[in-house]
Amino acid sequence: MQILRLKETVAFMSYRKIALIFSAILMIASIASLATNKLNFGLDFTGGTLIEVGFQEAADLETLREVMKTNGFADAKVQFYGSSRDVVIRLGLRDDVKAEMLGNEVLDVLQGATGQTVDMRRIEFVGASVGDELAEQGGLAMLTALICILIYVAFRFEWRFAVGSVVALFHDVLLTLGLFSILQLEFDLTVLAAILAVIGYSLNDTIVVSDRIRENFRKIRNSEAEEIINISLTQTLSRTFITSITTLLVLAALFFQGGALIHGFATALLFGVFVGTYSSIYVASLVALSLGISKEDLIPEVIEKEGADQEAMMP
Amino acid sequence: MLNKYPLWKTLMVAMIVALGALYATPNLYGESPAVQVSGLRGVEADAATLDSVKAHLEESKLSYDSIALEKGQILTRFKNTEDQLKARDVLDDNLGKKFSVALNLTPNTPDWLAAIGGTPMKLGLDLSGGVSFLMEVNMKEAINKAKVGMVSDFRGDLRNEKIRYRSVKEANNSVVVVFRKIEDLEAGQSLLKKRYRDLLLSTDDDTLTLTAKMTEPKLKEIREYALQQNITIIRNRVNELGVAEPLVQRQGKKHIVIELPGVQDTAKAKEILNATATIEFRLVDTEGDLSNALNGRVPANSILLKDKDGRPSLLKKRVMLTGDHITDAKSGFDEYSRPQVNISLDSAGGSKMSSGTKSNIGKPMATVFIEYKATDKKDAEGNIIFEKVQEIISVATIQSRLGKTFRITGAGSAAEAHNLALLLRAGALIAPITIVEERTVGPTLGAENVKLGFEAILMGFGLVFIFMMVYYRAFGVVANLALGANLVLIVGVMSMIPGATLTLPGMAGIVLTVGMAVDANVLIFERIREEIREGKTIQQSIHQGYDAAFSTIIDANITTLIAALILFAIGTGPVKGFAVTLSIGIITSMFTSVIASRTIVNAVWGGKRLDKLSI
Repeated sequence: MQILRLKETVAFMSYRKIALIFSAILMIASIASLATNKLNFGLDFTGGTLIEVGFQEAADLETLREVMKTNGFADAKVQFYGSSRDVVIRLGLRDDVKAEMLGNEVLDVLQGATGQTVDMRRIEFVGASVGDELAEQGGLAMLTALICILIYVAFRFEWRFAVGSVVALFHDVLLTLGLFSILQLEFDLTVLAAILAVIGYSLNDTIVVSDRIRENFRKIRNSEAEEIINISLTQTLSRTFITSITTLLVLAALFFQGGALIHGFATALLFGVFVGTYSSIYVASLVALSLGISKEDLIPEVIEKEGADQEAMMP
Repeated sequence: MLNKYPLWKTLMVAMIVALGALYATPNLYGESPAVQVSGLRGVEADAATLDSVKAHLEESKLSYDSIALEKGQILTRFKNTEDQLKARDVLDDNLGKKFSVALNLTPNTPDWLAAIGGTPMKLGLDLSGGVSFLMEVNMKEAINKAKVGMVSDFRGDLRNEKIRYRSVKEANNSVVVVFRKIEDLEAGQSLLKKRYRDLLLSTDDDTLTLTAKMTEPKLKEIREYALQQNITIIRNRVNELGVAEPLVQRQGKKHIVIELPGVQDTAKAKEILNATATIEFRLVDTEGDLSNALNGRVPANSILLKDKDGRPSLLKKRVMLTGDHITDAKSGFDEYSRPQVNISLDSAGGSKMSSGTKSNIGKPMATVFIEYKATDKKDAEGNIIFEKVQEIISVATIQSRLGKTFRITGAGSAAEAHNLALLLRAGALIAPITIVEERTVGPTLGAENVKLGFEAILMGFGLVFIFMMVYYRAFGVVANLALGANLVLIVGVMSMIPGATLTLPGMAGIVLTVGMAVDANVLIFERIREEIREGKTIQQSIHQGYDAAFSTIIDANITTLIAALILFAIGTGPVKGFAVTLSIGIITSMFTSVIASRTIVNAVWGGKRLDKLSI
């Protein structure tokens, strides 16, 4: 079975203007949203207390809000979580010495006010300093990852490819962050992990394409760089599609079956993989092409050149 | 011949997969409820304890599956949780304060598997339920206390050597001494230089000041010491919580992670972690009548305390020295190879000790450990009531007038001396700690997470399985076999590595690996199709397909591995779990999708004349 039956080379690079405008618009929109809406940072980064409780019967949020208010938790945000029997209560940071006891207090209050047996599902408390540190570490991790990858790709391929793949990664990460900002989805630690995984995945794709471009530069003679990139993209297209399909399939399983706790994680990956597929076709190769990649850059050593010549004369 | 592996290569691949499968099997046996009895404060459960546990269980007519004494702990397995809970209560009531009785889930790994090191995967707290704390050590306070100690030490040293000074004050990361005369400044400098090699001394002749700055290694040592000390104390307290398999671990430069699986009453856990402990040295009241005291007639100047075995002693009420003067306590051996504990005091403590022991040579001195323990009771306002627990941990005879450093011998075995040193250090908590993060997962949510994660893996696996079979037919089956082997290997490796824990994001990592692992096979198969289209023979196409795709697969996987390793380095708890499964998955998938799948392909299609290929 085959999904794509491509006989002719697809002239990917002739659509580069459209792709460029498309990416530029999305990137500007993401930056604009990040600047104005910011990210809806979760507890991991902001600090505070979160209590998830399970009730026997469907809970009434209004009553719960009232209960919280009368017991001195005016800033409590009460929401359903996954089902109408699961309720999440979020509290901001406090200056109290015993901030870490807040979760237990709330639990007692709920138990007393509702008369139901309240099932403690989870309590999370994060102090202010931890959140700040984490945000710093998270940013640092992403930067380190990008730099390490840049070095590796530059070492294995060529600096133009390295720049291309890092631009593609940056593009993917920015758009994913943009999605979280525009939809105001909660950005927590698992989402950060997902974004790092997106970096890994998107790179995977980019490298497969770059590898083929390098191979074709060596194999096909007398062709323009643009033509070679088009040929390489066409050759790898069905692989790109199939891998995206299998990855999206498992992510869909995760999204629908994984439960509320990893919803954000699955969303970030689903979107990231989607964008990553697009960027490996357009962004990375486009950047390499614009930087003036040529045959000479990819046949680095004289010895190899001689070997290639001899082989060509043999048949 | 093309596409034929030598037999040894095929066998090796089969062996690696079989080994992975072998170490994955313990996960299939499940767990049974158990009760774990372990000793507190250096006490170890022994054969006598085992007998008494057996006797208590038989008395209450509780039947158990097995009972065993191992590494100073007694583990009793039960058929159901009902018996387990009853047994916990019975043992808790009867064994006394020397032992902690904890509920546990023990894997039912068969003996032959356990003998070769087979254990099931460890589940993270988000799957098993329980609480994790992140505690931060207040390093500023630790360094402040060190500076205060330096100030009093300097004063004492200068006074002893009769060097006159105007003032000794602490400043930013340093201590400043102001002298009256230039001669004093020089004398002071040479004295302090000799005594404190880990300080940077600088002088200013005009203002007659000497600045002693703590060097970076010294500051580092103080921080390190504060962290280690806190970890030691927390370990002791956690052991008293009666939790099976607790984890206390340092994280980074000033944090300590505490994981308590199965703990639901987090309020009590927090109180215990925040409790304070201290040490006091008191003289033993040798004149008072012990038997009278035991009958309630305690002399006015004395108190009656017991040691860990319940032996009572009469002690003087007056405290000779409190534990906050202790700067260090180490266990070691004296010149006759008997275990001893070396204690260092700050200079204020030194002079107190010196004047306290001067007239009491030859008399016994007791070391008392005081701890405020949370009880199950609460007061009217709902605060947990603390019980002051005092216990004699050593009685030793004063051999001579004691000073800044002294030693306690006759503390018993080397293990007991070590334990005494630990407790002595606990008396002088030099840096306070606070809980900066808490994550509690209830048992129902934990069980739900396991179910959801497991279903997501099955569903993802199933979808990919069907897709590959439809798209690549026979070769799809090969890819699916490789994928199955990959799952088995991930589980096997996760079970083998002691530090690897399975978390919910970790399960998501496995799902993601399933999706991405087939990528390598897709790359290879697409390449084979291409080669066939170009008119190469089937065997050549297979050979070329695997060869050409290989370096691409390596490059693509190494870059993902870089991202995963960085995540491992910065992540904690669940996220670290994700990084672990992702990294393991990447490595095992390279093996299964390149080498294992090639082995199958070679065995089925290799070395034959083929006109068509089911791909």
